[in-house]
Amino acid sequence: MNPCDDPLELYRRMLLIRTFEERVLEGFSRGLVYGTTHTAIGQEADAVGVLSCTRAGDVVVSNHRGHGHFLAYGGPVEGLAAEMMGRATGVCRGRGGSQHLHWKDFYASGILGGTIPLATGMALAERERRIGHVVVAFLGDGTLGEGVVYESLNLASLWKLPIVLVVENNRYAQTTPIERHMAGSLPARFAAFGIPAAERDTTDVLEVRRLTQPLIDAARSGAGPQGLILHTYRFSAHSKGDDTRDPTEIERYRRSDPLPLHASRLAAADVQRIGEEVRAAVDQAFQAAESAAPADPRTLTPALGGER
Amino acid sequence: MTTVLVSLNQALRSCLADSPDVRLLGEDILDPYGGAFKVTRGLSSEFPDRVMTTPVSEAGIVGVGVGMALRGLRPVVEIMFGDFMLLAADQLVNHAAKLRWMTGDEVRVPLVVRTPMGGGRGYGPTHSQSLEKHLLGAPGLRTVAATALGNTGALLRTAVLADDDPVLFIEHKLLYGSALLPAGIGAEFDIQASEERYPVFRVRVAGAPTPCLTLVSYGYPAEQARLALKALAFEHEVFAELVVYTQLGPFDDRPLRESLSRTHCLLTVEEGTRSLGWGAEVVASGLEAHGSGLRAGRIASLDLPIPAARTLEAAVLPGVESIVASALALLR
Repeated sequence: MNPCDDPLELYRRMLLIRTFEERVLEGFSRGLVYGTTHTAIGQEADAVGVLSCTRAGDVVVSNHRGHGHFLAYGGPVEGLAAEMMGRATGVCRGRGGSQHLHWKDFYASGILGGTIPLATGMALAERERRIGHVVVAFLGDGTLGEGVVYESLNLASLWKLPIVLVVENNRYAQTTPIERHMAGSLPARFAAFGIPAAERDTTDVLEVRRLTQPLIDAARSGAGPQGLILHTYRFSAHSKGDDTRDPTEIERYRRSDPLPLHASRLAAADVQRIGEEVRAAVDQAFQAAESAAPADPRTLTPALGGER
Repeated sequence: MTTVLVSLNQALRSCLADSPDVRLLGEDILDPYGGAFKVTRGLSSEFPDRVMTTPVSEAGIVGVGVGMALRGLRPVVEIMFGDFMLLAADQLVNHAAKLRWMTGDEVRVPLVVRTPMGGGRGYGPTHSQSLEKHLLGAPGLRTVAATALGNTGALLRTAVLADDDPVLFIEHKLLYGSALLPAGIGAEFDIQASEERYPVFRVRVAGAPTPCLTLVSYGYPAEQARLALKALAFEHEVFAELVVYTQLGPFDDRPLRESLSRTHCLLTVEEGTRSLGWGAEVVASGLEAHGSGLRAGRIASLDLPIPAARTLEAAVLPGVESIVASALALLR
């Protein structure tokens, strides 16, 4: 996806994620979507703000909670819907599902932390290509419990790699609040490895952009890895119905919902128009996905492509 | 004399010389040290920008290798001891092995992870194991083992330059100093190599009559099995043929079936622990292919950690004498 600073387009991207994920959760209750999902409703400003600062050819590494990243990257809406419905037309032909997405230079996996050394290696490869691409890797607060993250921070800093590590702290690892899963300081984790990091408690997409752009520029210019810590909140459950949080807490955070926050800057007519367009696009994508053929077991080619 | 060590070292040098995409990563692999087992000796002096020493971060560096491979490089990661592979198992099984398939064949991961396995040097329970059996069944991962037969450096070169999928490359520590035994008919052995890119070798004592037993093995235990082949022939007049795999997984049962059609009798020889191992897979494949009338047995390490004391270690690991004794018992 091309870089973007158009406030209307930023709103459109956030609304696309919100509408898509609400449709996914609805799809589960209707039995249309199968398996599992992790939505990022409430965190849309992170994905859109950060990835609106990237340019074509940059690499994005995402995690289990990755639909927002995928859509903000510009991934096909219908291909994602179809992937989640197990259709032959899914972006990974139904093999990956919600957590394992790949499209162009976008990669996501459901193994927390295991993706961070991959992102680091990709940054090494991109540096060797000398065409100025950076890697943007998303991780959550829960993933900070994985040791391989710190091996990767060390390697990325040691080798001055062009990578921006974005920690989306939604304050919960599944159901466990951050106070019960993380000791010490979050920014100090970057500081310990000599990685500069910006930190903000915000759901404002424009502020996320303002924070991100200098970090991406620095990584691109050879200044080495950069950290970005975004304190945020998800309004939705970790997965589908597994929410143990205090509803009054969720309501409190809903007051800083990134969508109305940004919409308040826009003309009401634009907001309404974009709303209608996005709903129509998501409807169309889900309908097309629903009418596509289920993934065919005859396409289960052997691992290693059948080579002996 | 070309040893396995020299052959592997020369193969890595040729890979670096022939492809600008090749990178070597590993702990302590730079000169003058050249790696714990010296497989990379001289290479950092010759290719200083493409041989990278790393922190002690097995998961991290295998993951970095996966990322490099995804983006167009051909990384070779050395894990200093095979025992440390388990630290990187997630990277190998959940990432390297799955990425091609789970993306609908959209990406490839031309990664080689080299590591020494095996005991016999008194290194004790965490530096002596043959742990490959824990990784062999992972769909999407190819496991190749160095051998003293043929040109083992060519195997490594194939894995690095000609294989676009991840390869776990196992090097038994006791093989490094072994002389390479070329394929062909020598004074003592008749060694035939199959046409596969990771060949299967068939070894017989030169001039021996039709065999009545198939030994199946890989790596250093295949050398022990080769000595057992000779002892069986000259001391017991029992003629066997040895089938040596270089690709352990995915397992190609064709050479096994072909040999069993002659011998109807199978003995597997490996250094991993006996239960639920590679040999069990070979025997099961043999039974499925051959049906009833197959006699089979397994030689492997005892189901114990590998002890440090020389006497204890020797009792836990397989040896030539136990191969000979088991072969005779099986045929009795």
